[in-house]
Amino acid sequence: MTPLLEVDDLRVEFATEDGVVHAVDGVSLAVEEGRTLGIVGESGSGKSVTGLSVMGLTRGRNATISGQARFDGMDLVGMADHELRSVRGNDVAMVFQDPLSSLHPYYTVGGQLVEAYRTHHPGAGRGESRDRAAEMLGLVGIPDAQDRLDSHPHEFSGGMRQRAMIAMALINEPRLLIADEPTTALDVTVQAQILELIQRLQSELGMAVIMITHDLGVVAELADDVAVMYAGRIVEHGPKTTIFDAPEHPYTWGLLGSIPRLTAPRDEELVPIPGRPPSLINRPSGCSFHPRCPYVRPAHTEVEPSLEPISADPAHRVACLLAEPARRKLWGQLRQGASPQDAREAVLGAEVPS
Amino acid sequence: MGRYIIRRTLWVVLLLLIVSAVTFLIFYLLPTGDPAALRAGKSPSPGQLAAIRHTLGLDKPVYEQYWIFMKKIVLHFDFGYSYQNSQPVRDEIFQRLPATASLTIGAVVVWLLIGLPIGVISAIRSRSFFDRLSMGGALLAISAPVYWLGLVGLYLFSNDIGIVHVFDGAGSYTPLSENPGRWFGSLLLPWLVLAASFAAFYARLLRSNLIEVMSQDYIRTARAKGLPERRVIWRHGMRSAITPIVTILGLDIGILLGGAILTETVFNIPGIGRYAYEAIINTDLPVIQGTVLFGAFFIVVANLIVDIAYAFLDPRVRYS
Repeated sequence: MTPLLEVDDLRVEFATEDGVVHAVDGVSLAVEEGRTLGIVGESGSGKSVTGLSVMGLTRGRNATISGQARFDGMDLVGMADHELRSVRGNDVAMVFQDPLSSLHPYYTVGGQLVEAYRTHHPGAGRGESRDRAAEMLGLVGIPDAQDRLDSHPHEFSGGMRQRAMIAMALINEPRLLIADEPTTALDVTVQAQILELIQRLQSELGMAVIMITHDLGVVAELADDVAVMYAGRIVEHGPKTTIFDAPEHPYTWGLLGSIPRLTAPRDEELVPIPGRPPSLINRPSGCSFHPRCPYVRPAHTEVEPSLEPISADPAHRVACLLAEPARRKLWGQLRQGASPQDAREAVLGAEVPS
Repeated sequence: MGRYIIRRTLWVVLLLLIVSAVTFLIFYLLPTGDPAALRAGKSPSPGQLAAIRHTLGLDKPVYEQYWIFMKKIVLHFDFGYSYQNSQPVRDEIFQRLPATASLTIGAVVVWLLIGLPIGVISAIRSRSFFDRLSMGGALLAISAPVYWLGLVGLYLFSNDIGIVHVFDGAGSYTPLSENPGRWFGSLLLPWLVLAASFAAFYARLLRSNLIEVMSQDYIRTARAKGLPERRVIWRHGMRSAITPIVTILGLDIGILLGGAILTETVFNIPGIGRYAYEAIINTDLPVIQGTVLFGAFFIVVANLIVDIAYAFLDPRVRYS
């Protein structure tokens, strides 16, 4: 089956006064119809820029974008602006993080939905478009949809605003929805409702979803496949169960070790990943993760890893310089509750990394 | 909305009362101008002064004087009579209002026509050659004082002393009712001079507003909807960027309707500003009070209109 969206070697660079920011550096991924891809990573890992670039929303004077994003036979990256506009909001739609700042404060919610509909249905009349907007608000669970059309965004609660954003994104029945941290700005209870809503609409409308998030819980809930991004690159990619059960990249281990689990013993300590995400202007040499990696070897500061399938499972790809057997042993140790230091000593020997 | 307007209107009344009291007191307490001495002519006898004080009501206590002063203004819109020529100040102001209004409205049109397009283009093509050139020019226009610009304009273009004669009637004001062509010719130069700094200021303001708005999340949303860039700029960007400008415009119009003193004086336009200028030169207290209060009235009313307009322009204000 050919994927609905196939991103190939996407690179996005921004020229700034401090230097060139390599926001996305050779990302390749694919989403099939009706499936959900979760993209996880810390802030600044390039996950949002990847999503925005697929929509052409990072285009600008200071941006250099290369690579391909094939959607339904068209290359979204190389496409002219006016052609891309007929795809945006129509075949591919996007939902953003903060629904209050993402809706225009001066226009009614209904007006903004109608605008989204009429942009891609030029023949639609006022009444028809309004009915469609009300139908969408109803579909996302806003009561008294017909009346709420005339409300302004500030009259809605946070969760309602995000529902309205989703209604606006889906009003033209897109085949792909890119959701960029759609629940980050919301209360936990509302988060769950919004995720449920996206899931329900996905199965009703049969669309593909790219869920961009820093929250592994969201990914566990929604995704079929997971791409873990670090410093503008995908460092691990595979089916969700594989990523959660048998992760192979130390960064993924770190992410999993830093979230609380209900099933874990109560006294289990959360292990944060030390350090901070690297600068995307002067990235570390070799493996970008090496300054924060507990298992780093001297050679890792010089050689760049590439995203390779592991021998046991071609669908599971990892960009790590550690040997496969060592990775598996390390994960085995960590899984039994060993600290990263203990795991390193047990598997790699007591030597201190230089 | 109704409550909001009522609240704002009451506030306006209070504000005008305060302005009137301050104006009254300042001139009453002013050491230079004993009104009676000003009125009496050269070396009056103490008896004459006392008689004049009595006719003007200056021998009454201050609060009583203020009360009479306010009663006349509120009931009859009567600011008293000029010390200089004994003409009623109210009539003189109304006579001069058309000239001031002509100057103001024309200048507003000119500065909007020049400033707004430059602001928009500079914002959309920020850091381009056009942007740098026009923003540099704007800085010059803001820095050039209006009296200097006016004198240069007169020197170059006026009908009598000017070097180039392009505007028919430049340098001497002609009322619109008398001769529309000459009215236009006589005001074109003052319009341009008065509008220069405003156009520059509005261009810079709109540019920075629009640049800021265009980086907002809701602009990204508009683009994500697939809207043409023109619609993103005009319907989504400008809608937000222009709102603060509308409010400033209201205030500027209010201020100028109270008299553009420098421009009217340089170009010899018989408006309220020039009237005020002459009154200040002659320490003509009723005229000063009248023009100050009249000016304050326009500013305060403009403020009120702006506040109400803002509530219509920004739906978030209505509910707070």
